[in-house]
Amino acid sequence: MSYFSNDAWWWPFFFILIAGWLATDAWRYLGVYLGGRIRDDSEMLVLVRAIATALVAAVIGNLILFPSGELASTPAALRIGAAVAGFAAYHIARKTVIVGIIVAEAILLAGLYAL
Amino acid sequence: MEALDEAREDAAFRWYLRGVRTAYSIPGFILMSSFVGFSALAKAAGVGLWASVFMTGIVWALPAQVVLVGAIIAGNSLAAAVFAVALSSVRLTPMVVAIVPEMRGPRTRPITLYLLSHFVAVTSWVLAMAKLPDVPPARRTAFYFGLGSTLTLSNMVVVGSVYVLADTLPREISAALFMLTPMYFLTSLWGSAREWATNLAMVFGIVLGPIAHVLAPSFDLLIAGFGGGIGAYVIYRLAHRRRTA
Repeated sequence: MSYFSNDAWWWPFFFILIAGWLATDAWRYLGVYLGGRIRDDSEMLVLVRAIATALVAAVIGNLILFPSGELASTPAALRIGAAVAGFAAYHIARKTVIVGIIVAEAILLAGLYAL
Repeated sequence: MEALDEAREDAAFRWYLRGVRTAYSIPGFILMSSFVGFSALAKAAGVGLWASVFMTGIVWALPAQVVLVGAIIAGNSLAAAVFAVALSSVRLTPMVVAIVPEMRGPRTRPITLYLLSHFVAVTSWVLAMAKLPDVPPARRTAFYFGLGSTLTLSNMVVVGSVYVLADTLPREISAALFMLTPMYFLTSLWGSAREWATNLAMVFGIVLGPIAHVLAPSFDLLIAGFGGGIGAYVIYRLAHRRRTA
């Protein structure tokens, strides 16, 4: 039973409801349940924050090294170079997010139009 | 007494509006441009207009949506799609665990937290972790409701409009759109760190993620998250013990 295997109008929505909503909100509800049992200043929270951050960081790494869409057809070295330069610019600009993004995008676009 | 209640409601509504306004910030606009990319991806995969809009509102986690569209393209069964999306979304649990103590006021009901948790995704999480400390504890749920619901609804509109309007973006621009999300996550996550254990966890995660993706694609985020997070925490603890000893 794949997404395109049933012609009924409701089937795509049902597919998304089960594979999308159930598979994500179940984890969120578990988080509320567990979060209600941890004290605000708990040492445990430092660990939880570190794990949550490393997970999101892994998403970042994968989005740069194994991207989707049109970005996938660009050279990996250009993407990494743009990201590193953007991150450096963000630090030089005293942690201004928009500076980091603009520098990375400028380098990426310059590289793409030069190629 | 009545006047006092009214003043209270008024304050809650004001903080709700501040949450709405926080959604229309640079991070909010960057997220919208990421959803421009998602809309193009969903359309190319053959997912319908309303199904794409529905998916954005009901899933509300861009990585999970990209995985779900990937499973749809691959012709996976419903069970396989559930498994893939669930694996990509385990990260939501520690994110929610971390945000609940920030959001909980003196008289917050559990049901409120369960409903609000649906809005937890990277952008609203990063914004909330940065802004919630400045919001009075009793107003934090109102603020987060404004922020989360506005981000979600706006991006449903973005996905729908782009699906209808934009068919042919230049290749380079479309590639640049896909680069916005990682750059935004990279810089804002670094800036929102409370202790250096978090920064170290980020370095570990960003390196371990792609390595784990090559070695064990289905478990890449779990391996990188738990490996990187626990590793960073242990180093942080050891360094602190040495300093205090």
